[in-house]
Amino acid sequence: MPPIVKVENLQKTYDGGFEALKGVSLEIEEGEIIALLGPNGAGKTTLISALCGITGPTGGRAEVGGHDIITSYRKAREMIGLVPQEVALEPFEKVINTVKFSRGLFGKQRDDALIERVLRQLSLWDKRNSRIRELSGGMKRRVLIAKALCHEPRVLFLDEPTAGVDVELRRDMWQIVDGLRREGVTIILTTHYIEEAEAIADRIAVINKGEILLVEDKAALMTRMGRKTLRIDLRDPVDKVPDALAEYDLDLSDDGHSLSYHYDTRGEGTGITRLLQALSAEGLSLRDIQTTQSSLEEIFVSMIQESAA
Amino acid sequence: MNFPAIRAIYKYEMARFFRTLMESLLSPVISTSLYFVVFGAAIGSRISEVEGVAYGAFIVPGLIMLSVMTQAISNASFGIYFPKFIDTIFEILSAPINFFEIVIGYVGAAATKALLIGLVILATAHFFVDIEIQHPVAMLTFLVLTCLSFSLFGFIIGIWAENFQQLQLIPLLVITPLVFLGGSFYSISMLPPVWQTISLFNPIVYLMSGFRWSFFGQADVSVGLSLLAIALFTAICLGVIWWIFKTGYRIKS
Repeated sequence: MPPIVKVENLQKTYDGGFEALKGVSLEIEEGEIIALLGPNGAGKTTLISALCGITGPTGGRAEVGGHDIITSYRKAREMIGLVPQEVALEPFEKVINTVKFSRGLFGKQRDDALIERVLRQLSLWDKRNSRIRELSGGMKRRVLIAKALCHEPRVLFLDEPTAGVDVELRRDMWQIVDGLRREGVTIILTTHYIEEAEAIADRIAVINKGEILLVEDKAALMTRMGRKTLRIDLRDPVDKVPDALAEYDLDLSDDGHSLSYHYDTRGEGTGITRLLQALSAEGLSLRDIQTTQSSLEEIFVSMIQESAA
Repeated sequence: MNFPAIRAIYKYEMARFFRTLMESLLSPVISTSLYFVVFGAAIGSRISEVEGVAYGAFIVPGLIMLSVMTQAISNASFGIYFPKFIDTIFEILSAPINFFEIVIGYVGAAATKALLIGLVILATAHFFVDIEIQHPVAMLTFLVLTCLSFSLFGFIIGIWAENFQQLQLIPLLVITPLVFLGGSFYSISMLPPVWQTISLFNPIVYLMSGFRWSFFGQADVSVGLSLLAIALFTAICLGVIWWIFKTGYRIKS
């Protein structure tokens, strides 16, 4: 099946010469949830804005559902729903009217039943006749999502959907995303919360300074993340790892004072007990032990640092 | 054509108008009545007739034009400026619509509002003076064309403006003087010859002249020239808007 979103060498250079996107390429499969992870100013929002038609790319091309975003922008945009990062809503308008407006704007015929379903799903039905300025910040975000969903998009862009929202709304948001996934909607979300990417994404793309550093299955990343290291400091240095401990694949530090053991916390057994018994059987005396975990955050930070170097 | 989108924008804009219906209609009606009291009754009683028409009636087309032009500009400029100001423009830009459909929606609504206000003023004028419209079809044509072309112009101002002050600037600095100097309240033929020539560079003279002709059958310039002027103005505005959407001027980063 061809990818539903295909980005080829997409570039955006602003008039001032700032390169917000330096040739981004990305393919997104239908029905998957991909998280664009990156620090502020990485180019996440620019990428989304370029795909949605809010900002014009200066190079490269992109397709949504096989439709070029420039030459057949109508067909491409009909498939897209966008929930922006900033709450941008007309304060004096009623919730239901602004949602109906969005549906019309995307060329869809009036469908009251669908609007009711979307509003109910987002717990907005009781507020449908409220003016937007009367709503809380969380409710306004729900209205933005309702506006994006009411024209039945096949591809939904969520730009920092949970930045600055309370725990309850964040949980609701994840549930909504899960519901949409079951309906087969492809979701591209940007976030700088690693837990969020972990919680809902199938794949994670790390973006920094206008470049995609990595696109990987979340599961593969989690495997890298699930690895832990046990460092054992020895009272007396050794020249080499004793032969009896060969099966543990230990790393010896240069000064011979510490051994490192790598293990997987999600495995059947970690092997730590046996290792410690083997160490004492060898007559090695321990001064200290500590464990470290390479989190997604660490992978992420080291990748960002590498790209900065 | 994305008709649902045009309808959505038009309805949305008209809803704003009806939400503030009293304010929208009351102020033009009151200001028109004041003009009648001052120009028609107080000053007009000392001016017997202009070109065979009672002065009170003579100023009716001018008053309608003044309100219609300012209303068309302010409605259309606000209609597109406001989404820019509160950032909701992103939705318009990301929708499957082209510039022409956006313009039909916004400008159509602004022109409709201006037309309604123009007709209300005409009705108000009936309370003060006797007027007979000699060419009603031509009158409506001129009125509709003025509403449309000045709404287009207002749309451009709304895109160009970067703050609320700029939004007011063009109507105040350009339109009001041009309308006052455009023969709204007098005939160009009453001016000294030099000023008559200068007036011919004022586009509003052509609109005023054609519009007044539709009421009283008299014109400062030929009716054909009036229509040509308004067509030219509309074409220029459309051209500028086309360029705006092509380049993304002040709407796309």
